[in-house]
Amino acid sequence: MNGLTQLTDETFVLNLGPQHPATHGVLRVKLVMDGEWIVKAEPVLGYIHRMHEKMGENRTFAQFMPNTGRMDYLGALFYNHGYCCAVERAAGIEVPERAEWIRVITAELNRISSHLLWFGAFVLDLGGFTPLLYAFDDREIILDLLESVTGSRLTYCYFRFGGVYNDIDDSFIEGTRAFIKRMRGRMPMYHDLVTGNIIMRKRLEGIGPISQEMVRRYGATGPVARGSGINFDVRRHEPYSVYPELDFKVPVYHECDSMARYMVRMDEIEESMRIVEQGLDRLPEGPVMAAKAPKIIKPAKGDYYHAVEAARGSFGVRIVSDGTNTPYRLKLRSPTFSNLSLFGEACEGMLLADALALMGSLDLVIPEIDR
Amino acid sequence: MSRYWKDVIGGFKSLLVGLKITGKYTIEPVVTLQYPHEHLTMTPRYRGHIELVPDPETGETSCIVCGMCQKACPSNCISVDGEKPEGAKKKVLTKYVLDFTTCSLCGSCVESCKPGAIDFSKEYNLAGPSREAYVFDLLKRLKERSR
Amino acid sequence: MEEYSVLRLILYLAGIIGVVVAFHAAYLVWAERKIAAHVQRRIGPKEVGPFGLLQPLADGAKLMSKQLFRPAGADAVLFWIAPFMVLVPAVMSMVTIPFSENLVARDINIGILMIFAFASVNVLGLLLGGWGSANKYAVISAARAVSQNVAYEIPMLIIVITVAMATNTLNLNDIVRQQDGWIWNWNAFNWLKVGPFMFANMIMFFICSLAETNRAPFDMAEAESELIAGAYTEYPGMGFGVFFMGEYANIVIGCALTTILFLGGWQSPVAFLPDGVWWFVIKLYALLYTVIWVRWVYPRTTLYGLLNLSWKVLIPFTLFNLIMTGLWLKVFKGF
Repeated sequence: MNGLTQLTDETFVLNLGPQHPATHGVLRVKLVMDGEWIVKAEPVLGYIHRMHEKMGENRTFAQFMPNTGRMDYLGALFYNHGYCCAVERAAGIEVPERAEWIRVITAELNRISSHLLWFGAFVLDLGGFTPLLYAFDDREIILDLLESVTGSRLTYCYFRFGGVYNDIDDSFIEGTRAFIKRMRGRMPMYHDLVTGNIIMRKRLEGIGPISQEMVRRYGATGPVARGSGINFDVRRHEPYSVYPELDFKVPVYHECDSMARYMVRMDEIEESMRIVEQGLDRLPEGPVMAAKAPKIIKPAKGDYYHAVEAARGSFGVRIVSDGTNTPYRLKLRSPTFSNLSLFGEACEGMLLADALALMGSLDLVIPEIDR
Repeated sequence: MSRYWKDVIGGFKSLLVGLKITGKYTIEPVVTLQYPHEHLTMTPRYRGHIELVPDPETGETSCIVCGMCQKACPSNCISVDGEKPEGAKKKVLTKYVLDFTTCSLCGSCVESCKPGAIDFSKEYNLAGPSREAYVFDLLKRLKERSR
Repeated sequence: MEEYSVLRLILYLAGIIGVVVAFHAAYLVWAERKIAAHVQRRIGPKEVGPFGLLQPLADGAKLMSKQLFRPAGADAVLFWIAPFMVLVPAVMSMVTIPFSENLVARDINIGILMIFAFASVNVLGLLLGGWGSANKYAVISAARAVSQNVAYEIPMLIIVITVAMATNTLNLNDIVRQQDGWIWNWNAFNWLKVGPFMFANMIMFFICSLAETNRAPFDMAEAESELIAGAYTEYPGMGFGVFFMGEYANIVIGCALTTILFLGGWQSPVAFLPDGVWWFVIKLYALLYTVIWVRWVYPRTTLYGLLNLSWKVLIPFTLFNLIMTGLWLKVFKGF
C-alpha cells in the first residue's frame, strides 16, 4: 500500500483540518485515503505563520522577549529560557546562582503543566473526556503558582537577560511543595484510569511505530525520540543552567509505539517533580538579577547557538550578531516542526483513527511549528 | 490463549477500575469557580494593562515624560507627550495613551520606568463594544480615579 | 372492540412520541450534561431555570430557529428522510415495551422480534444520512455504523435466543410476568430456572446495546475527534435534533429491554411491595445513568477493536452461554 501514491478510482482525498477537532489548532493534513486506510499523508503548514524570526531581526533583544512566550504557548518558559541563554551567551552575561535555580524550578513546573495538558488532550483525541478535566484541575494549581511569580498564566515573559524578573517567595515554595505532594497522589489515579485501561492499551500498544532510523532522519527530539529508544535529552547531553548538579533520570522506552511516547511523558512528569523538589531544597540565597547586566545589549559580532530541552523536544536559538542592538539573523529551531515532519511517512498504511492517535502522541503545538 | 484470557478478564477489571475512580469523583465536591457569580482576586504580581500611579502626596502623576516606556514597548502601543510650562523646570505630562489592542502585557514599560509612574492594573474582566474602547487615555483615567 | 383498540394505539403512540421520546430526548441531554459535569467535578447547566432544568427548552428553541440548510451536492430526499429513519423505528419499537402490566400499547406475542426488526432500520437511517450528506467524513461514518451494527446484532440476538429458550416466550410482558416475586426471581439472578449464565448475558447485552445505539465507548459513527460529527456533520438545526431524539430513544429502548429481559421489568424486588410502572422507571433510569456514566469514563475504541470485541469475545461467549443454558435447562427441567 505504501507504493500507491496516485489517486485512483479506489482512493479519495480527505482534507483533515485546518479546522478539525483532532489537529489542535490550524494544522491541515491532506490525506489520500483508501476507505479508512491512509495511503499518503501530507501535512500542510503556514496557517498561523507570524514571522517571529523576522520580528526578532527588527526588534532589540529585550523587545523580542514577549514573542518567545507566544510561540509555544504551553511551554513558554522553555522558550524564555532558550532565548535568554542564547543572548546571555552572546553578550557574555553571568546569571546569579539563585536565578538559575529559579529558572529551573519554574521551567520544570511548566513542563509538568505542559505534559498535563498534553495528557488530557491526547486522551481527548482518543475519545475520553474526563481525564482532560482532571488534568486541568491539577494544571490549574501550577498556573496559579506561576501566576503568583510571573504575573501571567500562560504566555510567560519571566526570564530576563541576567536573571529573572521577580524573586520567588515562601508562599510559592510552600504551594509548590503542596502541589507536588498532591500530584504524587494523583499520578496513580491517572495510571489506573487511563494507562491501565484496556481500550487505551489496545489503541496505543504497537500502534503508530516510529523507528529509530526515522527519528534520526527527520531530526525528531524530545519524548518522540525517547519513545523510540534514543537516549537524548539536552538537559543531560548538552547541559545548561544547573541541570548537571541535579539528579534525574531520562526516561527512555524502546517500544517505538504511541504507548512508549505516552509513558515517556508520564515518567517525565515524575522526574520533573523530583527536579523541582531538589531545586526547592537547594535554593541558594542571593540576588536574582545580575548586577552588571547591561541595559542595552550589543553582542560582539559572531554566531551564537543555545539549545534547551523544551516540553516537546530540543529548542534551539541561533543568533547571528553584527554588533548592533538587533540581531542580524535570528533562527529558532522548534522541536515540533521536526516531530511533525515524520507524521506523513509514519502514518502511511494506517487507519485514520490510529493515525490520529499517532498525531496526538507527537504533542503538536501548531503556533510553535509555524512560528 | 492465556493472553486472550488476560485481555478479557484484566480488561474487564480495568473498565471497572475506571468506573470506580469516576464514581468516587462524582460524589466529591465540584472544583470549578462559577465565574460570573464568583470572582478571583488577582495575585499582587498579576499583569493587567498598565495604569498611571498617583503620587501619594499630590495625587498627581509622577511621570517625567522621559519616553522610556514608549521606546521599550515592542508593539509601539504607548504614546506619551508632555510640555514644559513657562517657568517650570520639568516637563508635565499632557498625554498618555495606551493602545491595548496591540499590547502583549510584557511589562517592559513598567520595568523601564525610573520614577515608578506606571504599574499594572488588576483588571481582567475587560469587555467592550468596539476596538476604540481599548485605546485607553491613562491620564484621563487617573484624573477620574483621583476624583 | 376493534375501534377501541385503534384509539388506544393512537393514544399510546401520542404518549410515546410526546412523553417518552420527546421528554427523554430533551431531559437525557440535560442528564448527560449534568452527570458528565459531576463526573468531571463541574456543575453543568445551572443558569436556565433551577438546576438548569429549562436548558433543554432553550436548546430546542435554538435548534428549531436555525435555518434548515442543505449543503450543495447533498441528495435532498435521502438527506431529509434519514433523521426520520432513525426516529420512527425507535418510536415504533416503544409500542411493544411493557411499562407495566397494563401500560403497553400493543401486547404482541413476538414483541421482542419486532423491536429487533425496527432496530435494524435505524442503521439504515445513519447510512442514508451519511451517504446523502455528500461529505467524506459522513460517508466513512456511515460505513462504520453499518459494520458495527451488523457485528453487534449477532451476539445480541444470541442472547435474546437464550432468554427466549429459558422463558419459553417472545412476549415481553410474559417474560416480565415470569420474574414475579423476590429479587432472586429476576432472570439475571435466577440460577435454577434460567441457568447461571444470565448475569454474564445481561452485562454482554448491555455492552451490545451500547454498541447498537452508537454510544461511547463505541461511538464510531460519531467519533468527534476523527470524523467531526460523523453522519451528523452536515445536519443543521432540527435535522440534527431529530437524529438526536432518535438516538436517545434508542438508548431508552436498549435500557428498557435490559430491564425487561433480565431485571424483572415492572416487578418489585420485594415480593410484598406492589408491582408497577415505578419499578420499571427506577430500573430504567439506573441503567440510563450507567450508560451516561460509561460514556464519560473510557476512551473510544477503534473500529477493528470493536469488531474484535464482537467476533472474538462476545459471540463465542454468548454462544457458550446459549449452549450451556440449553444443557442446564435439559438437565434441570424437572425442578
